[in-house]
Amino acid sequence: MLRGLWKLTWIEIKIFLREPLGAIGTIVIPVLVFLVAGRIAGHGLAPTSLAASSFITVGLPVLASVLIAISAVLSLVTIISIYREGGILKRLRATPLRPHTILTAHVIVKLLLTAATLALMVLAGKRYYPSGIHVPLFGFTMALLISTCSILSIGFLIASIVPTARFAQPIGAVIMYPMIAVSGLFVPVEALPPAARVVGKVVPLTYAVSLLEGIWRGDTWWAHTRDVAALAAAFIVCTALSAKVFRWE
Amino acid sequence: MRPVIQVSAIRKTYGSTVAVDEVSFEVNNGEIFGLIGPNGAGKTTTMECIEGLRTPDRGAISVLGLDPFSDVYQLQERIGVQLQQAQLQKRIKVWEAVDLWASLYRRKASEGERLLEQLGLSDKRNAWFMTLSGGQKQRLFIALALINNPEVVFLDELTTGLDPQARRAIWDLVRGIRERGKTVFLTTHLMEEAERLCDRVAIIEHGRIIDIDKPASLVNRHCPERTVMLATDDRTAAERFRNIPRVEAVICGDSQFTIRGRGDDLVTEVIHCLSENRIRVTDFRTILPNLEDVFLKLTGHSIRD
Repeated sequence: MLRGLWKLTWIEIKIFLREPLGAIGTIVIPVLVFLVAGRIAGHGLAPTSLAASSFITVGLPVLASVLIAISAVLSLVTIISIYREGGILKRLRATPLRPHTILTAHVIVKLLLTAATLALMVLAGKRYYPSGIHVPLFGFTMALLISTCSILSIGFLIASIVPTARFAQPIGAVIMYPMIAVSGLFVPVEALPPAARVVGKVVPLTYAVSLLEGIWRGDTWWAHTRDVAALAAAFIVCTALSAKVFRWE
Repeated sequence: MRPVIQVSAIRKTYGSTVAVDEVSFEVNNGEIFGLIGPNGAGKTTTMECIEGLRTPDRGAISVLGLDPFSDVYQLQERIGVQLQQAQLQKRIKVWEAVDLWASLYRRKASEGERLLEQLGLSDKRNAWFMTLSGGQKQRLFIALALINNPEVVFLDELTTGLDPQARRAIWDLVRGIRERGKTVFLTTHLMEEAERLCDRVAIIEHGRIIDIDKPASLVNRHCPERTVMLATDDRTAAERFRNIPRVEAVICGDSQFTIRGRGDDLVTEVIHCLSENRIRVTDFRTILPNLEDVFLKLTGHSIRD
């Protein structure tokens, strides 16, 4: 039942843009950070340095994308818990709206914001970064969409169980950000200490990073079926779990 | 005619707390039915079970012939709900909320703009929810509850936290809902509200229904005491008052008399006695018991405790 989905989505987008820090925090700041980081990295390191150029051309875009996805997830977790605490979820449920319609609307809003931020970044990147980097934009967008959906489902699981809105953001951050460290984005998973390596193999973000980096470099999708499968599995498991434990009030 | 709402022997527990225990009642078509009792008595739990938002542990509920648990979406199409302490998105505009709600229902929705006008919200249509006053928020929630032209309207503690003026305005609105032929089910812990609005009330305490009837009948059955207070300089009056049938006590002040007795006829008897004996009075008041007194009598404590 999609009745009300588009209207609810559209209203949620408008509401988000009315938040004083909403649009700036989630769209403008990541783009600025990306540009500043790119400039610093570009000037501080010798252009011939292989590590530097690899980080600028692959690591940085992937890091930025992952950060955008995580910030979208954190904002989703926060919004869901605020809506729950304020009785908004309950009020919406006392209508013919199906529960998953309410939640889908929020996911769509977050995906659209992620896409908007990314588009801005690509535009900005084109302006400030050296040309000559050929990126499969469509493939990368798809990879990011898959990754974000998977990470969003973790967010939903967190949103299902956080007790109050006050804890939502910190709990979300504590769970999400350490995942970056073991995801292989800075240090390859194989080079991590054994314990961290095990964690790295389990968290979906690792597969998201692998997929994003690969597609960015121009790998085929066939080379990354394992990543896609892992992300899909994480999505299914988290969605099923949160459907079980989700609290409306 | 079949009752609109039938509740039979529902029970709901939270852990070891019994919120609702063996509650049964029926609500008839076109009436305003009130579930009254102190906070924590089980009013909201009962109402939310009927609305399909909670599932009772035991018992059966039928609303418009539907089961609120298995037919919840069919039911939601035909009822209007106002929840206690509900909020909307802080920055949603009044017209957006009405527009969204109108889009959620399959049946022909009421004219949103007309509803806003009737509820006195037209000039607030572009205001954010967070900027509305308590009364305006409640009126918006009433608008949302009426948007699908529902057959039954549920109102949970509608006027809690409103000032007396806003409260009266809301009461008029609720009477207007009944005049449109709809059934209203409401909860309140305000006895005055129940007395002024409800055709019938059920008194609930500790999750159990104590009694159900018209407010006036409840008062008559449980609190037949009547009191007349009057002022007269007539020295013979006290004796004459004591001879009135069903008078139980006459308390004389300076020139003030308090006459206590039972039954609806007491006031007539007193007036009759005054006119028959040509007693000149300078003040005349009657004190009638109300639902508040009924509650005190039935439970042994005031509803405010």
